[in-house]
This record gives sequence, C-alpha cells and structure tokens, in this order.
Amino acid sequence: MNQQELANPELAGVTVVEDSGDISRSDVLLKGALAAGAVYGTFMVGPFVRQAFAAGSGSTDVDILNFALTLEYLESTFYKEAMTRAKASGELKSLIKLLAEDEKQHVDALTATIKSLGGKPVAEPKFNFEYSDTAGFLKLAQTFEDTGVSAYNGAGPMIKSKEVLGAAGSIVQIEARHAAAIRLQNKEEPAPEAFDPSLEEAQVLKAVKPFIA
Amino acid sequence: MPDTTEQERSEAPAQSAIARVAKDPVSRRKFMALTGGSAAMAAFLAACGSNSGTTTSTAVSSGSGEAKTETEQFGKGDVGILNYALTLEYLETAFYADVVKSGLFKGAELDLIKKFGSEEAEHVKALTAAVKSMKGTPAPEPKVEFPLKSAKSVLELAATVENLGAAAYLGQAVNITSPEVLASALAIHTVEGRHASTLNTVLGMPITPDGAFAKPADAKTVLKAVEPFIVS
Repeated sequence: MNQQELANPELAGVTVVEDSGDISRSDVLLKGALAAGAVYGTFMVGPFVRQAFAAGSGSTDVDILNFALTLEYLESTFYKEAMTRAKASGELKSLIKLLAEDEKQHVDALTATIKSLGGKPVAEPKFNFEYSDTAGFLKLAQTFEDTGVSAYNGAGPMIKSKEVLGAAGSIVQIEARHAAAIRLQNKEEPAPEAFDPSLEEAQVLKAVKPFIA
Repeated sequence: MPDTTEQERSEAPAQSAIARVAKDPVSRRKFMALTGGSAAMAAFLAACGSNSGTTTSTAVSSGSGEAKTETEQFGKGDVGILNYALTLEYLETAFYADVVKSGLFKGAELDLIKKFGSEEAEHVKALTAAVKSMKGTPAPEPKVEFPLKSAKSVLELAATVENLGAAAYLGQAVNITSPEVLASALAIHTVEGRHASTLNTVLGMPITPDGAFAKPADAKTVLKAVEPFIVS
C-alpha cells in the first residue's frame, strides 16, 4: 500500500518548482485542491469543513489519547534512531535532535495524562523503519509529521474534555511546525494547503501499520 | 530560552489609537476589559510535568462572577470567535499583499510570501462563509498599516504575526462549541503553525519557540499586539 499518498493526497497533484515563476501559483493550488478533493470528497476544498468525525464519537478521551500516544511513540522512536541512522549533519542533525526531544516530551505528557484520567497507557509498539540514507529518512519524516497533524486535527472535535483538547491543540501545533521544517528540508511547500486535511483514526492506523513490527 | 516573539509582542506600543477591530457598538472600556482564559490548559500541562515554560502571556482574571467570553465584542459564542479569527486573517492577508507590493522580495521568498498570502485569503473566505452560515454578520475588514522597511524587518514582523496567529487559534479552540467550527479552526490553526515555523526557519529562529507544547494566547493579548497595525 502506499501510505505516502494516503497521508498526503496533495502530493499527488502538486509539483513544486523551486525558484521559478513558470508554474502559476493558482495552478499549483488548484491541483492540490483537486487531489485533496479526490480523496476526501469536497469538504476540504469547500470553504467550510464537513467532517466525518461523528462516526467515531464513541471513542473516549482515553482512547483518543492512546491513539495519539501510539503515533508519538512512532515519531519518538523514529527520530531517536535517526540521530545515528539518518546520516545527517549540520542543520538537519540539530533539527532531528530537536524533533526527538519534542516527541519524547509528547510521549511523556500523553502517558501522564492517560494515567491521570484513570486509563492505561498503551504499550510501546516495536517499530521497523526502512530507509538507508538521509533522503529516505526525510521522506518518511514528512509522511509522519503530516500524518500526525491530520490525525490530531481529525480527533480534535471528538475530544470531550476541554483540558485534553487544549493539550492536544498545543501538541498538534508543534507537529505542524515540525512538518513545515521537514518539508523545507525536502524542498517541498511547507504549508501545501490553506486547510490541513484531517484523517480518521482508521486511515491513520492503516498508514502507520507498515511501520509497526 | 528567551522568546523573541513574546518579547516583541510585549514591546508593541500600547498607547496607539484604539483599534476599531470590529465595527460594533462596544465601548473602548469593554475592549480593554477582555479577559484571558487559558489557565486550565496551562495548569493541565503543568500537571503533566511536561513543560517548564511559564505562561507569561496569560494573566487570568476570573474574579468577576460573570462568564463573559473573550471574543464577545465580535459576536456571541462561535460567531464571535469566527469574527475574531476573521479580523486576524484580514490583517494577515493585507499584510502579505502589502509585502508583495513593497518590492522587497523576489524569487523563492516572494513565491513563499504569495503562497502564504493566498492561504490567508482563503481563510478569510472560509471564515466569512462560516459566519454567514451561522446567521452572523461577518466582521468588517479593518484598515491596516505595517512598517515595511527592510526585507529582514518584514520577515521578522511576518514571523511575529504568524506565531501570534497560531497562538490565537490555539487559545480559542477550547472555547468553540460546534464540532464543525472546531474542525475548521483546527485545520487553519496548523496552517498558521506551518507558516510560523517556516518564517522562523528563514530567520534562523527556533521553530518551536515555546518548546514541545505550543502556548495559547488569549484574545486580549492578541488584540493588544495587533493594535499598532490597525488604523481604523
């Protein structure tokens, strides 16, 4: 399966030309919008978001937090490994260190929150990331960060507690900041669309499944 | 770690003309009396032991028994929040349009500025439609003016505005009632976060100036920060 496309449908249609006026921006935007629309229906392309989140509203906050924790475990492990595996240097090396630290803090905060709500944090899965060079690492990193943004944004409206929602919001903004920084490393548009797409839990889990050993 | 954005924000001249950010009958007194409301979030994160940062921007005064919303001057409930967001998006859109016209940028940087500007314009459209769909009256476009002296100072201002915008959305997320409005606000919030991170990167500033958990800003803080740019 192609998790890259699932997580980033806009990539299918957007060709980013660096430093060039050859392609009009509106053309790029249109392609992006069409690609997104093809996957999600029209709600993201339209001015106002129509969401399918109601379908999953049976989830408790602990369920949602555990879902988020799984993703944060994935990112945290991914960056920790990348500190030695990604063959990065200079600016990128510092960035990977920062991302590893941020994701670790997210893991710790989510774990503590789940416990404070009387829940049981999920066990850390074993992960398997296949890449052999910096470019491979960056490609995966972009997928994970964009997916993370969409996962939190999709889950946000299902969260019942205002406190949990506030905490999730403060985390998702960090994921978005990471996503933009990684995209810049990849020479991709840092903010490809005016509205970040949201993903449902099932879509996210499907996207990350290949990385869970 | 010192937060430059925060610093610039608090250094913004407070004595400039009172912002008529929304054409409404609300008095200056009411404008000044807007109160912050992100204490719960801050307390929650503190309880997680996850962030050593302090919440400098949120002086919460909850002494009065009345439950007035931060964005009441823009309308009731979600409409007020949407109109508050709309006002900020108008400001961002006008800012980028002025920057494009300034001739200070070319090539990849100009492309980036145009792209961000077009996204802010889409936010304006979406928020306007959202307010109307809720039978509200969209906030009017404020007249704004920005100091556009050099490429560097403009990028710094852009970073300030975007970081502030992201914090503003985060501050309101917990106040939103409708799940649909929340979904839209979240979809915009992270785009503002992406913009902020990009500009911080361009300027060589930390991409996550608040650390691993972004800090919200209440409406009072945000409006005070943008006040110097609003002419009428």
